[in-house]
Amino acid sequence: MNNPYLPIKTRIEKVIMETEDRNIKSFELSFINKEDEEKFQYLPGPFAEISIPGKGEAPFGIASSPTEKGVLKFSINRTGLFTEAIHSLEEGDIIGVRGPLGNNYPIEKFENKNVVIVSGGFAFTTLRSLTKYMIHEDNRSRFNNITVIYGARNPGLLLYKDELKEWGKRDDIDLNVTVDAKAPGWDGRVGFVPTVTKEVAPASEDSYVIVCGPPIMIKFTIPVLEELGFPPERIILSLEMRMKCGIGICGRCNIGEKYVCKDGPVFTLAQLNELPGEY
Amino acid sequence: MKEKTIKKNELANFVAGLLSDYQVFAPAKEEESLVLKEMQAEGDIDLDIGVGPVNTKKSIKEFFFPQKERFFSYDLTKPGEMEEPVLSDKKRVIFGVRPCDVNSISVFDAIFTSDQYPDPYYIKRRERTTIVAIGCNKPETTCFCVDTGGGPFSADGSDLLLVDLGDEYLVQVLTEKGETLVNGSSGFSEPKSGVLQKRDGIVEEAQKAIKSDIKIKKVKGWLDNNFDAPFWDTVHEKCIGCGTCTYLCPTCHCFDILDETKGEKGERIRIWDSCMYPQFTLHASGGNPRKSGKERMRQRVMHKFKYFVDNNEMVACTGCGRCVKYCPVNLDIREVLKQIQVS
Ligand SMILES: Cc1cc2nc3c(=O)[nH]c(=O)nc-3n(C[C@H](O)[C@H](O)[C@H](O)COP(=O)(O)OP(=O)(O)OC[C@H]3O[C@@H](n4cnc5c(N)ncnc54)[C@H](O)[C@@H]3O)c2cc1C
Ligand code: SF4
Ligand code: SF4
Ligand code: FES
Repeated sequence: MNNPYLPIKTRIEKVIMETEDRNIKSFELSFINKEDEEKFQYLPGPFAEISIPGKGEAPFGIASSPTEKGVLKFSINRTGLFTEAIHSLEEGDIIGVRGPLGNNYPIEKFENKNVVIVSGGFAFTTLRSLTKYMIHEDNRSRFNNITVIYGARNPGLLLYKDELKEWGKRDDIDLNVTVDAKAPGWDGRVGFVPTVTKEVAPASEDSYVIVCGPPIMIKFTIPVLEELGFPPERIILSLEMRMKCGIGICGRCNIGEKYVCKDGPVFTLAQLNELPGEY
Repeated sequence: MKEKTIKKNELANFVAGLLSDYQVFAPAKEEESLVLKEMQAEGDIDLDIGVGPVNTKKSIKEFFFPQKERFFSYDLTKPGEMEEPVLSDKKRVIFGVRPCDVNSISVFDAIFTSDQYPDPYYIKRRERTTIVAIGCNKPETTCFCVDTGGGPFSADGSDLLLVDLGDEYLVQVLTEKGETLVNGSSGFSEPKSGVLQKRDGIVEEAQKAIKSDIKIKKVKGWLDNNFDAPFWDTVHEKCIGCGTCTYLCPTCHCFDILDETKGEKGERIRIWDSCMYPQFTLHASGGNPRKSGKERMRQRVMHKFKYFVDNNEMVACTGCGRCVKYCPVNLDIREVLKQIQVS
């Protein structure tokens, strides 16, 4: 019997300082045992519990795409004891991972549809995974237009800057990176995510939209999407809750009868509308 | 189902006979309450106490889901190495378990033996355990098992069920594990004529003794539509959030996972937690979806009588009455349910 509480062993291969405020680092991990790598099958969307002996565990969205073989990537915002401990780790260190946990984005439904990705701040992680997956040469033809709207408070807070540059050069993805206010050296878009979404989103017929970001961004983006004609069945969100077990039994992450860790973290707005607003 | 009888004066003998192959636990008096205690030697627990009218203070759940469980231990100087605990596989019999606690095992099974994430610690403990339940001829005033789908002689989840007939017990053999126990002892006989009728009379009498006035389906119907009702604004007011109700409850199963270290040695543990505590759902951002007693009481009631029913087709309450009996401010869940049902 598989023990769902035992982390698998990974090695930190690469640490990348993502933001100028030095609060977000990305960690690229490799699997130490081949069997663990084979078992760790996922599509974009799930999270994993990162485990540090002596410090505990905490949930983080998987930022790598399954098309990046052998690499597991997380981008981690330093906010407290645990994330501080992760930030202090270095290349070559051993770290535990429990996952993949939770569901993935409903990718089959996106086939032959336009896909709009809306994200703000460091919630971009699993959407980086999704974007990377969809634009991979094996998958790109399965989807129509792909529009990405990604915003941060200022240019220094954007994640994956090199990758964004690369995507910006491609003509099979419509990338819109925006910052909240004018900044020296920034010649890109300026404006809040909801406003940019209104400008660049394609017609809502035949489109799905996926939204991930701070609560305030979500709050102002949903009305825009509704105005654009997106029905709640085609608005997809990924939620965060306080989590521990990640497998639907420790009892803390439920919204009504659904467990965000097991039934989510990905939900359609239509599903959420059926649940109590306790999140 | 097979039925046997055993004379009361043979019972101690039967239980003592189990000691060579099993660890045996039975209710015993400790200070003012009953606890499930391990029998060390023949006769060191008076089995008559256990079959009196009172249930143990703590439920049976800690036998399968201990208050603190080690997942693995480690040495901080040896990164990546973990040592898993070796769980005992010694067979054990828990004797004198009340139907409400036996029924709670169905709730636990639904959670801990799912196809997707079976819990190896729970399953191992469950497998090595045989349960000898005893029906309740004289339910307590706090009992309401009849309302939650069980009853004072409800046998679901046990291996043997004893019914006290005065000078002898009727023994219902419910599983193979139960059969093994009975076969290993010479104290059992075939029921004499009239015994089953006598049993039926006792069962009926006991059932009648429980004032059954909670309509659990009606409660569910109201909960389905009233997450935002003003009812929740006041119902929690007395509660001081001590968590006693959830710790003693045979169906409450929430836990935390954390690390404990001493010098270079450490352990990852699971430890009971409670939805009645504010930290339970506190987010990293400082936000908390269940920030006051209102949300937490609502969660406790909703989980037991709605969410769990939606997901598992049974209520997560066996009507054992512990939360009623031990709540320091007398917040009576039966009263809460009754108020709901007239709403
Ligand atoms: C599904 C999901 C995906 C996430 N993805 C990311 C991500 O990609 N990048 C990122 O930076 N952050 C992510 N988070 C948030 C991250 O889990 C928290 O920031 C982190 O747990 C904070 O821990 P801390 O000890 O540093 O902070 P503190 O505020 O000091 O936390 C104190 C304690 O609370 C616990 N805790 C706090 N928040 C949570 C939580 N949400 N879940 C479980 N335990 C918590 C911590 O384990 C710790 O024991 C995600 C959370 C969830 C639920
Ligand atoms: S035992 Fe009573 S006071 Fe304590 S948390 Fe439960 S309802 Fe509240
Ligand atoms: S909620 Fe109360 S009565 Fe119901 S099983 Fe738990 S402790 Fe017993
Ligand atoms: S994190 Fe334990 S139930 Fe969801």
